[in-house]
Amino acid sequence: MILPPDFQDWFARQGWQPHPHQLALLEAEGDSLLIAPTGGGKTLAGFLPSLVELRDRSGGLHTLYVSPLKALTADIARNLSRPVADLGLDIRIEDRTGDTRASQRARQRRDPPDILLTTPESLALMLSYEQAPEIFGSLRRVVLDELHALAENKRGDQLMLGLARLKTLAPDLRVTGLSATVEDPQRLADFMGGGRVIHADPGPDPDIAMLATSRPAPWAGGGGHYAVPDVLNEIRRATTTIIFINTRAQAELFFQALWAENEDNLPIGLHHGSLAREARQRVEAAMASGQLRAVVATGSLDLGIDWGSVDLVIQVGAPKNVKRLVQRIGRANHRYNAPSRARIVPANRFEVIECIAALEAVRDRDLDGDPRGPGPLDVLCQHILLTACAGPFDADALYREVRQAGPYRDLSRTDFDACVDFAATGGYALRAYDRWQRMMLRDGLWRLRDPRAARDLRMNIGTIVEPESLKVRFRGRGGALLGEVEEGFAATLERGDTFLIGGMTVRYDALREMVVEVTKQPAKEPKIALYSGLKLATSTQLSHRVQALIGDPSRHGSLPPDTRDWLALQARVSALPRSGTLVCETFPRNGRWHFSLFGFAGRNAMQTLGLLMTRTMEVAGLGPLGFIATDYALLIWSLDPVTDPEPLLDRAALREGLGDWLGSNAVMKRSFRNVATIAGLIQRNLPGQRKSGRQATFSSDILYDTLRRYDPDHLMLKITAAEARRGLVDFGRIEEMLDRSDRLDHRMLERVSPLAAPLLLEYGRVPIAGHGVERLAEAEAAALMAEAGLA
Amino acid sequence: MTSHIFDFAGQRLEARASGALYWPARRWLIVADLHLGKSERMARRGGALLPPYETQATLDRLAAEILATDPAVVVSLGDGFDDDAAGRALPDHFCDNLRRMAAGRRWVWVSGNHDPGALCPRMPGETAQELHEGLTLRHEAGQGPDISGHFHPCVRLAGQRLRCFLIGRDHLIVPAFGEYTGGLDVADRALSSLIPQGIAVACGNRAMPVPVGHPIRRARPARRIGR
Repeated sequence: MILPPDFQDWFARQGWQPHPHQLALLEAEGDSLLIAPTGGGKTLAGFLPSLVELRDRSGGLHTLYVSPLKALTADIARNLSRPVADLGLDIRIEDRTGDTRASQRARQRRDPPDILLTTPESLALMLSYEQAPEIFGSLRRVVLDELHALAENKRGDQLMLGLARLKTLAPDLRVTGLSATVEDPQRLADFMGGGRVIHADPGPDPDIAMLATSRPAPWAGGGGHYAVPDVLNEIRRATTTIIFINTRAQAELFFQALWAENEDNLPIGLHHGSLAREARQRVEAAMASGQLRAVVATGSLDLGIDWGSVDLVIQVGAPKNVKRLVQRIGRANHRYNAPSRARIVPANRFEVIECIAALEAVRDRDLDGDPRGPGPLDVLCQHILLTACAGPFDADALYREVRQAGPYRDLSRTDFDACVDFAATGGYALRAYDRWQRMMLRDGLWRLRDPRAARDLRMNIGTIVEPESLKVRFRGRGGALLGEVEEGFAATLERGDTFLIGGMTVRYDALREMVVEVTKQPAKEPKIALYSGLKLATSTQLSHRVQALIGDPSRHGSLPPDTRDWLALQARVSALPRSGTLVCETFPRNGRWHFSLFGFAGRNAMQTLGLLMTRTMEVAGLGPLGFIATDYALLIWSLDPVTDPEPLLDRAALREGLGDWLGSNAVMKRSFRNVATIAGLIQRNLPGQRKSGRQATFSSDILYDTLRRYDPDHLMLKITAAEARRGLVDFGRIEEMLDRSDRLDHRMLERVSPLAAPLLLEYGRVPIAGHGVERLAEAEAAALMAEAGLA
Repeated sequence: MTSHIFDFAGQRLEARASGALYWPARRWLIVADLHLGKSERMARRGGALLPPYETQATLDRLAAEILATDPAVVVSLGDGFDDDAAGRALPDHFCDNLRRMAAGRRWVWVSGNHDPGALCPRMPGETAQELHEGLTLRHEAGQGPDISGHFHPCVRLAGQRLRCFLIGRDHLIVPAFGEYTGGLDVADRALSSLIPQGIAVACGNRAMPVPVGHPIRRARPARRIGR
């Protein structure tokens, strides 16, 4: 296909030249994956073939566009309307998301538009309708936007299963994936189910550096507050700045610190996932209209509508991941062929080294990313149930179809059959549900036993399982909504506790009908600064770079002088961690023995290692008392010294300890809840469903314990274990750490080493509690009784 | 297994960590909300296929309590079955199990809102709407003093949610004994209107009494940062 003359004229009237990658996509025969930086006309490139084809065709759905963000679908609809109107094309473009009205959805089912813009969840819902073959039979093209983001989680796996279904319903379908820069384009193309990779001109190298600060980074901590005056200076010089911060709590604190010194009253906003949706939308609108000079944001702004006026990105805190850093940098200056400007602010000295290593990686265009492994089976279970909602299916045919999806191309028939069995009978060793199977095999086809179950199954669509969250409102009738906090955080609050939300300090008053009621506490330091959120571990590749940089004194010239001196001192009194060597130290301090280990395996793996090693130390009688884990290091304190670390790091012992410990672990229970919800074993809690005065549903922990006791080989437990090993437990990286360390360099020191010293200042200490929780509860109960005068 | 011993309506009672109530003077063992057959009922009604082991788990725990206390009378305080059909559908080996537990003692099924109907003939024991023993035993709290179940009370302690007894002046509410039973926080209006001030006995590995609705003033230790 070539660009028709009227399209060429249109480009010329805009004063544009079609980009080579836009023409390449037009000419492409099969499926394609376009890798392009932001501002490269990616979206238009994706839609150009559809617009050209739709000139001469009408009737039925022609193009499906899927994006991870609802907001993007609305934005795309607006952007497309201009060329469509200019070219006088008779094309109907509509979006369909969770927000679309029921009447509109029903009409779209009867009479689909030419181009439908949607999200993975809405697509899964549409595919579960009996009318799916009619709706999608005419489909010619699918455009998958921000595919790099979707491929990182289960939403992408679900989307790929949906895509395989679409290819069955419309065999002539052509797929175009659109992605930001990724480390391995071919892997992403394979994820998409195959396709030719097309690279757009990556544009000029970004202008990226560490932010020069008036004071050096502190020894420990994660706030980056020392750099507030320097960040304000940068904001003043730029047109619009996005300040990325890794966690919501740190974003709140940094936002407050900025305003405390914002003497010019620069308009600065805050944007993160715990804020009420209205508050986020207000900030986005103010950004779009250029009213804000800066916005402090978390990953909530990693994707989204392009704001042309953003000309500076500041990353506060370690970037953790080079690919994400590059994508964030791309948010600055969405004009093609202009370099993006970005500055990095390390929060402490360890992060100084990480920032420098990350800058080198950006310059080398060496992106990181750990392969996610095969498609998860909980998503497949959901897919099978939703397929049954659409109508009876043949297991052989569905197996073949599922293997067309990239993440499931190596799926074994055994695993597939286990998922079908789970969907049909629950898959229990005790075959208790023969009469009440959810799916029945009749005439060789699987179908829902009770078609009314389809409604509940559709309610359960999706792969994002949010932790239970509670709304936070000002006290009193109709108090303003401030945002949401996780239920677990709310449960720790007591009346009078103060915490930060929406950039202000509030006092907790009461929990009423699942709403946290608070009062504003002006000018008061919050008592509780942090609430739990996702803790991202530094990527494997970046950790290796950091270790290599620390271990090679000839490269220390690129470090700031204070950091250089610090490492030199470490080399003198102990040893520098270096590639291939695992450095650990034993030293006394304050009457306790300390053991430090520089493993560079990322926060989650180091934490797991801490838990496993302290168990072994407990058995060995060393009296471990607590530990701290960071992305790079582990520090354990104990009553007796570790004199021989070798047995503590024995791989077989660690693996055995992992098996024991995982069983009763809270991390596993959390993973189980996610897996069981996605697979359809438990219903997700829908907003407004939980009412006061009725017994809440029982906790998924009970199901987990019951299964472990009575059916330890159940599919859900297998999926949970596989998931936990990869994710929060991250045992794979412990093994990787042992693999790449041929040598153990253990030093007995008289005092704390320079590298270990900052660890003592870190928070996030994990006390060892053998029978701790129960003892804690007993102590608390006794104290309460005594204080209430009842004991 | 420990228990908390207390006086209610002039009677000395024992709140056991298992969630069962023991009345030593009469040798009565009282359990509420067994909800036997819950997973079967959910499957029958087209809901989720939950692990079908909760009836076994509940009966195992009940048998252990009977062994430990050797009661003369066992009272199920209502919602013993998740519905009347669940009682009828209970597999034979569970019925045998119950008959063995009931051998040599009186067994009373108080009716609840889930199981208002007649007892399936395979079950041991008798049914009753209420029992009057100086105080009333019934499913849902009414005119006090009474011992009841129904609400599945639970309490938060050191970040954990635990099922609990709720002891007030007029009402004693027993926790749900069944395995797959949710809970209602003792601070919820439905419970606080019945028992504005009292003691909750949390059921962990031990029975732990905590005050409910009492004003408490105390200095709290500094919060841990970065939990």
